[in-house]
Amino acid sequence: MDTPNGYWMPPAASTVAQSVDDLYFVIFWLCVVFFFIVTGGVVYFAYKYRRKHPDQLATQQIGHNTLLEATWTIIPAILVIWIFVLGFRVYMDLIVAPGDSLEYQVTAKQWAWDFRDPDGCSVPGELHVPAGRPVKLTMRSDDVIHSFYIADFRVKQDVLPGRYSSVWFQADKPGTHNIQCTEYCGTSHSNMFAKVVVHTPEEFANRAQTFCKVTVGKEHGEKLYKNQCAACHTIDGNRLVGPSFKGIWGREGKMSDGSKVIVDENYIVESIRIPTAKVVEGYPPAMPAFPTLTNDDIASIIEYMKTLK
Amino acid sequence: MNDHAAHAHDDAHDVPFLEDGKGWKSWLFTLDHKRIGVMYLWSVLIAFAAGGVFALLLRLELMAPGKQYIEADTYNRFFTLHGAIMVFLFIIPAIPSAMGNFVLPLMLGAKDVAFPRLNLLSFWIYGIGSIMALSSIVFGGVETGWTFYTPYSTNTSGAVVMMTLSVFVLGFSSILTGLNFIVTIHKMRAPGMSFFRMPLFVWATYATSILQVMATPVLGITLLLLVAERTLGIGIFDPALGGDPVLYQHFFWFYSHPAVYIMILPGMGVISEIITVFSRKTIFGYRAIAYSSLGIAIISFLVWGHHMFLSGQSAYAGMVFSFLTFLVAIPSAIKVFNWTATLYKGSISFDAPMMWTLSFMVLFTIGGLTGLFLGALGVDVHLHDTYFVVAHFHYVMMGGTVIAFYAGLHYWWPKMFGVMYREGPAKFSAIIVFIGFNATFFTQFVLGTRGMPRRYYNYLDQYQPLHQFSTFGSWIIGLGFIVMTVNLLASFKQKVKAPANPWGARTLEWSIPSPPITHNFHKTPVVTEGPYDFPVEGQAASGAEGKHA
Repeated sequence: MDTPNGYWMPPAASTVAQSVDDLYFVIFWLCVVFFFIVTGGVVYFAYKYRRKHPDQLATQQIGHNTLLEATWTIIPAILVIWIFVLGFRVYMDLIVAPGDSLEYQVTAKQWAWDFRDPDGCSVPGELHVPAGRPVKLTMRSDDVIHSFYIADFRVKQDVLPGRYSSVWFQADKPGTHNIQCTEYCGTSHSNMFAKVVVHTPEEFANRAQTFCKVTVGKEHGEKLYKNQCAACHTIDGNRLVGPSFKGIWGREGKMSDGSKVIVDENYIVESIRIPTAKVVEGYPPAMPAFPTLTNDDIASIIEYMKTLK
Repeated sequence: MNDHAAHAHDDAHDVPFLEDGKGWKSWLFTLDHKRIGVMYLWSVLIAFAAGGVFALLLRLELMAPGKQYIEADTYNRFFTLHGAIMVFLFIIPAIPSAMGNFVLPLMLGAKDVAFPRLNLLSFWIYGIGSIMALSSIVFGGVETGWTFYTPYSTNTSGAVVMMTLSVFVLGFSSILTGLNFIVTIHKMRAPGMSFFRMPLFVWATYATSILQVMATPVLGITLLLLVAERTLGIGIFDPALGGDPVLYQHFFWFYSHPAVYIMILPGMGVISEIITVFSRKTIFGYRAIAYSSLGIAIISFLVWGHHMFLSGQSAYAGMVFSFLTFLVAIPSAIKVFNWTATLYKGSISFDAPMMWTLSFMVLFTIGGLTGLFLGALGVDVHLHDTYFVVAHFHYVMMGGTVIAFYAGLHYWWPKMFGVMYREGPAKFSAIIVFIGFNATFFTQFVLGTRGMPRRYYNYLDQYQPLHQFSTFGSWIIGLGFIVMTVNLLASFKQKVKAPANPWGARTLEWSIPSPPITHNFHKTPVVTEGPYDFPVEGQAASGAEGKHA
């Protein structure tokens, strides 16, 4: 199912994808025809009427031809209005969510996604949905404008601060697809990445026992790290927006106000809840708060940090 | 005699304009439209080189995912600079201010523009604005993208205020030039030159000038609001204070969509000139082309919302904007058909300006056609903010306007500087740029369709081969422009004197020596025929006498 849809398109993994692709190819072939009419005309005339000796003049001067001009005005006009109608129809299918959609809440911030299913369950950086049911996401941003994009589903919608926007899709087959941010949002815009995981209805129904189980421990912490922290903090010692987590646990660090702090549980909790309280010297106060992380989540991140010697 | 050396009708002014005065003061304080045009020309060429270097650096970084040479923030600053320099310092002033200033009064049979001092002022403003824009690099850089979308642009650090104020200042240069040209076209045409005997470049410049005067103030107001938002926190765009970030996008595109036509219309004008001269044919459908320029100018004010289909604007607004967007396609298509038909039964030569023009025909056609994908709402949802959009507007802006600019540069170079360049390398560079351009940007249509978002520093591994190919293409473009630049500059060394009318054109600028004298025409010419009244085989060349004074 992850095979691309022809040479051009990514896999068509939602119920609307094929109709988008069909329209794409209607326009595509129309463009190919018009391209060859125009460039064919240019190349043919350029060759046929090429100047063979320097003094050669045109053989005829033609100011205009009303019939011809009317034809090439009216035919393209009809065609573009036809494409407009097709485009609008597909668009209505794309934006009007069916009434029986599962409703999710989505929060975007620099540079992470948070998804909550109808039961309030959230897996960091992963959107878990059932196959065969329409899913409607109600989205808002905590900071700047982002845009929610699943290429394989052909859906995209800007996510705004101070206003809700929504997007819906239905995937019929289990699988995993990429979610990307498509509105420029700063340093780690291109790393604001998440996954949508489509489950069989049975898997999804049992999620409380499987992937949606609240867990505590370094494995859960590592998962959280990858989805929430990795855009700004490396684990290999390299600098991104924020300091690397490598060897961070228990270290004494100098803050921008000159004070010194030992990286312990309280410092980590404070850094996640009130990131601007203590900023490491030499780094910008760029970190947003992460109110959606539970205390268990933070405990798990701490466990994971301890492993990063 | 010497006491009156500064007077307009003195014999001393029968020298070519390039030799009429020496030293930097004779340039910076000149009122001669041709000298102002030449100063604009060198300025925009430098801007193009700077913007091009940033483009090459961006492509180099994108050779592979993750960090190659520069940090994410540096990359973001570079693409902002690339966009801002190319749009505000290069494309918008390129054809109207550089070529328009030089050629427009000559085409009209006038001795200068209507307001020569205002013209010089607009060049100075352009200079100040450019220095401000470039100074933002040292004041912390800007990494908002050239569109300065709120609330990112009001929250982020860096020299956003300096950069937006520079664009505000540059806007006045654009407004003043537009105003000047409108009055010049209305008031300073030679006797006998009715509106429908004006060269189509003049028509295109006229439509452009209207857009510059009417749309640019909106951008100025918008950017001032942005500066006020950033420095005073007035809350026009900040939702926390009751503002609306999408309002900024409406304001911004209300200018910036017409600005797209400020960029492309003059290019279309250049193409109309060259295609007639090098096929020795009258233009097919003169009135259709002239009116379609005005049609484009008017409708272009009503399509800004197609930049915002996914911004959260209502579906009905989206529907209306999509419909109007498709209407704009029609006058553009008409122009392309008219140019093609102009070739029919002509006597076509393939000198360098024509090579660039044929390149334009192919690239602009692709640029225009791919707009259909983006105008169609259902398909735009998928392609919006991907490389497909990047490829589309590069085909229109670079494949269209920039290629037309270089076509015009090769066409009017002999007139401007009185020297001929070597034909072989000039043609060669046109072909190299054409090949490199397609390698770079056609690839990006594929990338975008496959879901590669734009303004990405890092990307998924699956896109790497195409990104790499695109980067190789950018090197070919770079090579083409280097060959072109060296060849044009070499013409100053070779000093092959250009005749008054090397191409056999019939518009008035070719009826006077190359380069022209300071006052252009000894006697105001009287126009007795259209701009493209070429003779046909078997009929003696005639009419030329009527054009000369």
